[in-house]
Amino acid sequence: MMKSKENKYFYLKGIKMGIPIGLGYFAVSFTLGISAGNAGMTAGQAMLASFLVNASAGEYAGFTVIAANSGYIEMVIMELIANARYLLMSCSLSQKLKEETGLLHRLLVGFDVTDEIFGVAISVPEKLNPFYNYGMMTVAIPGWSIGTYLGVVMGNILPTSVVSALSVALYGMFIAIIIPPARKSRIIAGLVTISMAASFLFTKLPVVSGLSPGIRTIILTVVIAGGAAILFPIKEEQHES
Amino acid sequence: MNHNIYVYIFIMFAVTYLIRVLPLTLIRKEIQSKTIRSFLYYVPYVTLAVMTFPAILDATASTWSALAALAVGILLAWLGKSLFTVAVISCAVVFVLELFLVR
Repeated sequence: MMKSKENKYFYLKGIKMGIPIGLGYFAVSFTLGISAGNAGMTAGQAMLASFLVNASAGEYAGFTVIAANSGYIEMVIMELIANARYLLMSCSLSQKLKEETGLLHRLLVGFDVTDEIFGVAISVPEKLNPFYNYGMMTVAIPGWSIGTYLGVVMGNILPTSVVSALSVALYGMFIAIIIPPARKSRIIAGLVTISMAASFLFTKLPVVSGLSPGIRTIILTVVIAGGAAILFPIKEEQHES
Repeated sequence: MNHNIYVYIFIMFAVTYLIRVLPLTLIRKEIQSKTIRSFLYYVPYVTLAVMTFPAILDATASTWSALAALAVGILLAWLGKSLFTVAVISCAVVFVLELFLVR
């Protein structure tokens, strides 16, 4: 395929994948907007924050800092903790990009590494074409930003039954990403099961249940993926394909 | 002391962006270590599984509707349905069940 043709193909494919992401984002960011409003932000400010940050946990955490009028240093620490998992995701994503991918593409892809976009981007069989991400971003970023704006403005107009239903969209996507590979590989199936069980235990057991969801994700990812890497190193062809 | 809301927003943006963009710009070569490569290969599956469960149970108005959505989602994904289908049907399961479960 010609380069520009290939870019267009992946851009359009990205837009298609971006639709469920954008819908899910709309529901989540709507509730996010409600908390931004409670923190005393205007709809425009909340939308700006969502456009620039694109992170649910990070923004929730940030809005609590704003609501409490806490210091800037606290905001830095809060964002580091709430968003540290993106460091792992970006490391993983760096291996999906072709080595010759230019700086501008890397800067743009990095603007919107979210749980969902990462999940979809990592599931392409070969190397990642940045235009796939741009397609998803074209739908996801407006969905996220406008949802936040409307959350501040409309507060509780949307029926709770609709918000409740829309909030599983993102989890449905996660499931659709991890289950098909788990069907093909017993190792991944085992990892998914262990991860869910461990995550459940971590919310119940004393001491560790006090950890924030972001920290819990980081600890379990490092331990479980690390253990799997040592016990079951991938074969070359798995990497190539 | 009163803080400027735009400085807050800028800090949120700057910290989050640096976390995301530094690995993408600094790690340009293919990592040679088999262990690190395996680790990064497994990261998405573990991360997404950890974030899905049990968080999904608290996402909806009823734990049971969320559990049903999870079960249906896993079944559909197992049968190879697309991401879009799995996401939309999971939402529909919650919406319909909560007509009965939540009042």
